[in-house]
Amino acid sequence: MSVAIVDYGSGNLHSAAKAFERAARESGHDQPIIVTNDPDVVRNADRVVLPGVGAFADCRRGLDAVSGMVDALDEAARKKGRPFLGICVGMQLMATIGRENEVKEGLGWIAGEVDKIKPSDKALKIPHMGWNTLSECKSHPLFDGISLGPDGLHAYFVHSYQLYPADKADLVAQAEYGGAVTAMVARDTYAGTQFHPEKSQRLGLALIANFLTWKP
Amino acid sequence: MLKVRIIPCLDVKDGRVVKGVNFVDLRDAGDPVEAAIAYDAAGADELTFLDITASVENRGTLLDVVQRTAEACFMPVTVGGGVRTVEDIRVLLKSGADKVSINTAAVTNRRFVHEAAQKFGDQCIVVAIDAKKVSQPGEADRWEIFTHGGRKPTGIDAVEYAREVTALGAGEILLTSMDRDGTRKGFDLGLTRAVSDAVSVPVIASGGVGDLDDLVNGVKEGHASAVLAASIFHFGEYSVRQAKEHMAKAGLAVRLDR
Repeated sequence: MSVAIVDYGSGNLHSAAKAFERAARESGHDQPIIVTNDPDVVRNADRVVLPGVGAFADCRRGLDAVSGMVDALDEAARKKGRPFLGICVGMQLMATIGRENEVKEGLGWIAGEVDKIKPSDKALKIPHMGWNTLSECKSHPLFDGISLGPDGLHAYFVHSYQLYPADKADLVAQAEYGGAVTAMVARDTYAGTQFHPEKSQRLGLALIANFLTWKP
Repeated sequence: MLKVRIIPCLDVKDGRVVKGVNFVDLRDAGDPVEAAIAYDAAGADELTFLDITASVENRGTLLDVVQRTAEACFMPVTVGGGVRTVEDIRVLLKSGADKVSINTAAVTNRRFVHEAAQKFGDQCIVVAIDAKKVSQPGEADRWEIFTHGGRKPTGIDAVEYAREVTALGAGEILLTSMDRDGTRKGFDLGLTRAVSDAVSVPVIASGGVGDLDDLVNGVKEGHASAVLAASIFHFGEYSVRQAKEHMAKAGLAVRLDR
């Protein structure tokens, strides 16, 4: 058993890896957490995590710059059906297209576009930064045992763009910020969170532990 | 709904907390990592390390602190102090910082903010602004940027500067009133409101917190998205939990779980 965290020059992999190690240890599902830029390691991993911070197009270019990585992700997550988790821009990359600064193709796993958050209240600050609660659109194993809703646990967000899924069936959870903001999407064996589970204390560690045992 | 953030700030010099942190169950009051773990457990929403290490040679101790904190705390950590180059930022983010705060280097070279935001994304670039009131009584309020710990005036208007760095890609503003810093008289609410209302990004109010009402006022009257404090938490006067309960009673939305 192994979990591959994809290293393509985007984001703070150190803290992501530590959060996965901690969740693995504490949930009794200890397994190697490998930070890697090797497509073969990703192809053969039992679970794959795609983090990402920064701009959509930059992240896509970073991913393309690692030769063979996009194919390896597709093979692991879609052909072999290995559980996959995208985080923040890693989640946004699952969309068909991104419109941050420039128009750039995503992986196309979740039909939809990544575009600006447009809060109805103009006084609301962008980025949407900080701790917000989640409302569930449909139940998902990654939320097992996690208290959601306005009185539930909080997740840490920091983003100015969000994924607008074309098919509402892909929407798992939303946050409220002058309108609904996509917090989590999922389809088949792949899921993605806009928030940072590795920074979300209790909710985050619980979600990661669920991911480590997820059998879609 | 998005919650107001409470951010304890630790001044770190040569890898040690300046003046120490006075929690009952802390073995080593000077260890920033122990303090960070205690704040994580207490429900702090984020943590800020401000490095005031004088020599470049001792900078490595900070990176070690950041790395060990990231291994133990699963909340966002901002690191500031002495951030002058893209390489400084890269090393801090790689060590486990989630955001870096740029102060003097942004004043002397605005392009640096743009360059940093392009490279790492707006979300991890905080611009720290140290401002002092320069208008005379009876005049319209005006604040100016000061560098070198508030000693060196720059002639730059604080509100204008905040707008400028935001346009260049700052994802957040850490705003400190040098008039109030260390006075315990409360935030400079006029300054906080002027900057918060002028920019589209979140503003963290800093400088002058003496009691829990000051935190409430920073948000209600200063329009800040987050409040930063040091001494009221470090010396055990108030806990983060007490601060949050006080803010909740005053009608502010805070995160009480952790």
